[in-house]
Amino acid sequence: MDSSERQLGAAPPRRTSGGALGRLLRGLERTRHSLAEKLKELVQGPARVDADLLDRVEAILLLSDVGPALTAEVIHSLRRSAPGTQVKNWSELLELVRGEMKRILSAVPPRPKASVTSGLEVVLLVGVNGGGKTTTAGKLAARWAREGKRGLLCAADTFRAAAVEQIAVWAQRAGVDLIRHQGGADPSAVVFDSVDAALARHCDFLIIDTAGRLHTREPLMHELEKVVRVIRKRIPRAPHQVLLVLDATTGQNGVEQARRFLQFAGVTGLVLSKLDGTARGGVALGIAKELGISLQWVGVGEGVEDLVEFDPDAYVDGIFEEQTG
Amino acid sequence: MALLEADVNVQVAQQFLSRVRERAIGDEVLKSLTPGQHLVGIVREELEALLKGPDQKLKISAMPPTTLVLCGLQGSGKTTTAGKLGWLLKERGNLPLLTSVDVHRPAAREQLATVARAAQVRCFEEAGEDPVDLAARSVYAARQTGCDFLIVDSAGRLQIDQKLMEELARVVERVQPTEILYVADAMSGQDAVRSALEFHRRVNLTGIVLTKLDGDARGGAALSVRSITGVPIKFAGMGERPEDLEPFYPDRMASRILGMGDVLSLVERAQSTFREGEAEKLQHKFKKQAFTLEDFLEQLGKIRRMGTLKEIMGMIPGLQGMEDGQVDEGRMVRTEAIIRSMTGHERRTPEILDGSRRRRIARGSGTTVQEVNELLRQFKQARKMMRLFSKGGQGSSLKSLARSFKR
Ligand SMILES: Nc1nc2c(ncn2[C@@H]2O[C@H](COP(=O)(O)OP(=O)(O)OP(=O)(O)O)[C@@H](O)[C@H]2O)c(=O)[nH]1
Ligand SMILES: [Mg+2]
Repeated sequence: MDSSERQLGAAPPRRTSGGALGRLLRGLERTRHSLAEKLKELVQGPARVDADLLDRVEAILLLSDVGPALTAEVIHSLRRSAPGTQVKNWSELLELVRGEMKRILSAVPPRPKASVTSGLEVVLLVGVNGGGKTTTAGKLAARWAREGKRGLLCAADTFRAAAVEQIAVWAQRAGVDLIRHQGGADPSAVVFDSVDAALARHCDFLIIDTAGRLHTREPLMHELEKVVRVIRKRIPRAPHQVLLVLDATTGQNGVEQARRFLQFAGVTGLVLSKLDGTARGGVALGIAKELGISLQWVGVGEGVEDLVEFDPDAYVDGIFEEQTG
Repeated sequence: MALLEADVNVQVAQQFLSRVRERAIGDEVLKSLTPGQHLVGIVREELEALLKGPDQKLKISAMPPTTLVLCGLQGSGKTTTAGKLGWLLKERGNLPLLTSVDVHRPAAREQLATVARAAQVRCFEEAGEDPVDLAARSVYAARQTGCDFLIVDSAGRLQIDQKLMEELARVVERVQPTEILYVADAMSGQDAVRSALEFHRRVNLTGIVLTKLDGDARGGAALSVRSITGVPIKFAGMGERPEDLEPFYPDRMASRILGMGDVLSLVERAQSTFREGEAEKLQHKFKKQAFTLEDFLEQLGKIRRMGTLKEIMGMIPGLQGMEDGQVDEGRMVRTEAIIRSMTGHERRTPEILDGSRRRRIARGSGTTVQEVNELLRQFKQARKMMRLFSKGGQGSSLKSLARSFKR
């Protein structure tokens, strides 16, 4: 840590006498959690929603990757709607912020989900490398199987080393059959087979795990487009859900990722993985706001049951929680 | 706010900016024949300095095998990186052995074995349940088979997972690696610093590998991680194939960041503001100690015409939005107003400014007598400094003038 101290010591912080940004910068030097702690101390009892308080809220949102634009919007409307408002306590402050965020987000109409007509619901999982697609596929299959539904998994990641073996383990954990081809095969081919198999077996769901791909790789995005076309050949309204799996540590690049996956694969919803860490994946809110893609599932661990439905209230609370451990 | 859009940690950006500003308002830019290019040069140099590590090359152990442990969060790209490092070393004529101690994620060890085959390097595939034991056996196997490098791929883990962090520490303790490389996703956000710091605290990282740089993320988080941990970035992952790993080039990364901004218009603006030779004339004046409040005013105008640092910074990607609260523009404006309210005689010989003149000036400029006093005090000090510096020939006087505008 010696070298880090040297780094930090290189330019001693100057006294900045004021300005909202100055305060904000000082705020941001601390972590989100210690900020939350301080904020909580401030609203032990009744407190005024003043500039200082809002600055703290702002810093917390930014450190959760909510992004500058959306954060500014939330703070702005808080400032407007609650000038000099008193909050009785911590939970009332949270309520205020929650309300504001929900108001902003609900102004965006969610993308309509295709209705399931054939009895089979096809779910396609997409995203960049290492985001948590395979794990989510496994957890989702397990969950629906537990609910008594009949389903299939499809190993459409034929590219990455041992990807098929990985999802095979998940299929076993979920107690669901897996449709697989050899590694290196054409993903469209295995997808085509899996749709056929799911229809033949009168399944309720088919979950397709695709290979991770950077949204900037044109040929790979076209490959994904083709997968969607192949599914439509058999079931015109499918895939009924296209879930973009996003790692909670993702920064503002997440918006660009979502935009591209929306363009090529028609994303209908978002899964935020690894929320059991300290990152909060606030960029998901920006995505919801900007692209109208709503958050649906949240990954909270590597176990088979570590997938929960997205709950906006709990999510906002999570952003402001103090963390111990 | 583009800074935050680039996921740059604020503390890091602040530090960076203050260095650029020191040099930019300082004499360097003014003295240069092509100030605009000079300014861009400064930004690039500072960016490079920030990115450059003391030793970016892999350390080699005197007692083979040289052991590299890869660690990091889940999904950051450790396994792929292990394969790429194997390929790179093999191409260099070394004999690397890959080993995975990830007993947690399904098919993780199979994945590394497959990756190793694709990279045409050896892989330790014996069965085992215990990461520490597997690691120890791999070291032994490397020695037995004459491998000069051992690359240990560890399971992805959250930095707050006490049990798994403990496990990593034990693996490290056991194999005593030559390098402990932290694999970081270039797309990560504000939390990147926090997790990297915790890994560093637990196992003392010696290098960073930046992955997924073939995407379009601005990579601000990487910059922050490098700067806050002080650990050098050693490699950059540019794709999924074994050959897609490059040594990290700070200059390329700096260009990548710079290339995204409106740097050209900055250069043009700067050039039209400072005519060639003018700076030299000024320098001459410093030497002759003939620098007056009039010159001061002229210089202020120039800095402001160039758009002030606020706008200049606005043209450099990743720095936009950082400038408020850095340079006190209001104070610059007030200073100008004060000098403008003086007569020519007063500007040239500020010694004659007595109490009543100062009151008049304050009224005329809409400021207070205190502010007028403060300005005169600063000017006197600056002139004194100039005398000192110009004796050595190198006048860094403008810099000291500029300093007085910082809060
Ligand atoms: N802690 C935690 N880890 C997770 C979660 N979801 C996934 N992971 C881990 O993240 C890593 C990557 O997950 P995968 O499911 O393989 O991700 P992927 O998107 O399929 O990856 P590729 O197919 O390689 O692109 C694995 O180590 C998972 O165990 C989660 O919610 N919490
Ligand atoms: Mg996968």
